[in-house]
Amino acid sequence: MCFGPFPLHQTMASRKESAASGSSPLETPVKQIQIDGLVVLKIIKHYQEEGQGSEVVQGVLLGLVVEDSLEITNCFPFPQHTEDDVDFDEVQYQMEMMRSLRHVNIDHLHVGWYQSTHYGSFVSRALLDSQFSYQHAIEESVVLIYDPIKTAQGSLCLKAYRLTPKLMEICKEKDFSPEGLKKACIGFEIMFEEVPIVIKNSHLINVLLLDLQEKSTVADKHELLNLSSSNHLEKSLQLLMDRVDDMNQDIGKYNTYCRNLSKQQQQKQQYLQRRQQENTQRQSRGEPPLPEEDISKMFKPPQAPPRMDTLLIAGQVNNYCQNIKEFTSQNLGKLFMAEALQGHSS
Amino acid sequence: MLNHMIHVPVSILCFTANFLLIREIHVANVASTGFCQPPTSAGGQQHESHGDLRSLSSSLFIIILHFLYEIMAVHGPVVKIHPVVLASIVDSYERRNEGATRVIGTLLGTTDKHSVEVTNCFSVPHNESEDEVAVDMEFAKNMYELHKKVSPSEVIIGWYATGYDITEHSVLIHEYYSREAPNPIHLTVDTALQSNKMNIRAYVSSQMGVPGKTVGVMFTPLTVKYVYYDTERIGVELLQRTRASPSRTNGLTTDLAQVASAAGRVQEMLTTVLSYIEDILSGKVMADNSVGRFLMDLVNKVPKITAEDFESMLNSNINDLLMVTYLANLTQAQIALNEKLVVL
Repeated sequence: MCFGPFPLHQTMASRKESAASGSSPLETPVKQIQIDGLVVLKIIKHYQEEGQGSEVVQGVLLGLVVEDSLEITNCFPFPQHTEDDVDFDEVQYQMEMMRSLRHVNIDHLHVGWYQSTHYGSFVSRALLDSQFSYQHAIEESVVLIYDPIKTAQGSLCLKAYRLTPKLMEICKEKDFSPEGLKKACIGFEIMFEEVPIVIKNSHLINVLLLDLQEKSTVADKHELLNLSSSNHLEKSLQLLMDRVDDMNQDIGKYNTYCRNLSKQQQQKQQYLQRRQQENTQRQSRGEPPLPEEDISKMFKPPQAPPRMDTLLIAGQVNNYCQNIKEFTSQNLGKLFMAEALQGHSS
Repeated sequence: MLNHMIHVPVSILCFTANFLLIREIHVANVASTGFCQPPTSAGGQQHESHGDLRSLSSSLFIIILHFLYEIMAVHGPVVKIHPVVLASIVDSYERRNEGATRVIGTLLGTTDKHSVEVTNCFSVPHNESEDEVAVDMEFAKNMYELHKKVSPSEVIIGWYATGYDITEHSVLIHEYYSREAPNPIHLTVDTALQSNKMNIRAYVSSQMGVPGKTVGVMFTPLTVKYVYYDTERIGVELLQRTRASPSRTNGLTTDLAQVASAAGRVQEMLTTVLSYIEDILSGKVMADNSVGRFLMDLVNKVPKITAEDFESMLNSNINDLLMVTYLANLTQAQIALNEKLVVL
């Protein structure tokens, strides 16, 4: 399991204080995310060059907070986990990078991290933990999920997520038992919240883009209008099926736990009743009653399975379904276009 | 703080200026042939022509250099640049220190036999004044090490500078970089938009001068090409759209809207082609055979399928997609139910 980059607690301690005194922690502090074009290009490049082998590439986002929107102005990639000393590498690398970037006037405030994903499968324990530690240290941090496969199909797929305040509460208390989750009243749909993204470019970059458009000889490939869909659908469905199987297992486990619990309750009741009966019998016979034994020691309650995984799996299944639906609606549109084209020519 | 200072005595500057002067006279002679030969006759005579000719020489040199850039045959590798590099350069120019007129930095990438591909860059703090230039080389080395950890295949292949000309300081910085990489590339990006365009040029340096006597350095231009990965191109396309909106912002669109916009683009192209054909038919424009052949290709590309076959294909595809949508919806309903029953 790979963990995301760590937030630097030393530099962020002062910011946390100011954030806590400023906005109320229960409201969402970030309503919108503004990304520089440069960040988009860098993330794309990072995946393209380093991400073909392993599926996940990660990096750190730098920027600043402006009123209620988060501006991301730069980013730098994280090296893949190597065989040698991982811990030392990561924190050291991060500190070095941020110090150097400060020299050239790049914003060095850590505001989040990014990760690439494979067919939309990113809801996992590792992501949750990383994002929790980030949000705990920095109120407004987000995780940007970049989907390269969907992007290659025609349009940039970049989403920003944060943990909802409710989920933050639960993670803080680390109470993942069924009762705990029931108390917090959390469902898989309110685990992550998506923050809308807006891309912003400075004037000079716009000039550059104009120049590029004139001079570049790369032809448009129009992947978006590609009709073939079965490959992508197959893979997505395969992943979905795997997840649903996982979910099944989880539900089975929970069911057995519930059954065990109720059986135990019954046993306890029976035992108590028998005790009572015996005691009354003994009293009628004039003998001293048997001592009350400690019930809880005799009947140890079964271990409640942690419910966090269920939530995560449910969230992931939901995500897959969303993606599949988007994909199919696009393809339906394309098929109707193809029909129109045939109608014209024939 | 800058650790290494390159102090440049003014005399050495004069020597390079002299050779620039000589070179540009010579270069004007060989402009038609496109070759550059070391000057044979004008070797050691120009020691008197110092300061006053220097400014004239540099400006003349610049003009001729830019003139030559358009017409000269190019010797040397082709430079392929990714858009992320240019965006980085522009961004670091925007963030430059107060008072600095230009920004320099290192270019990273890969080399090939005939081409150099620039895939990454980082800026390096430097101080520049009339007679001296100081570059923080420690910083450059550090950054390179850090970058190497992420992408071990990238090497230093040159350096960049914003601004329109190549100054004398560039020669020195170039010398430093030639210690780091064999035959480094120098890239200039004109961020001050002196000719209403952002000129992006690449140069490689070559020795010139009379062997045995003082040797100078000349920058020969190279062709610059822009290369994109597929995903990069899609990203750039999205960024292009920010030009249209007045607040320079742009949201990311949702599924069907994207298909609609792609279809819109194709439709635009079709209308252009149609109007061209109309013009030809009405005699306004001369018919061109090659264009006619392309048009034939275009029309033939729509495959001729019998109506029933196409119907059945279309229907089966639509059925597949509808089934998958139904299943996805069912799954979502199922997990929501499960949630309500079990957790809450």
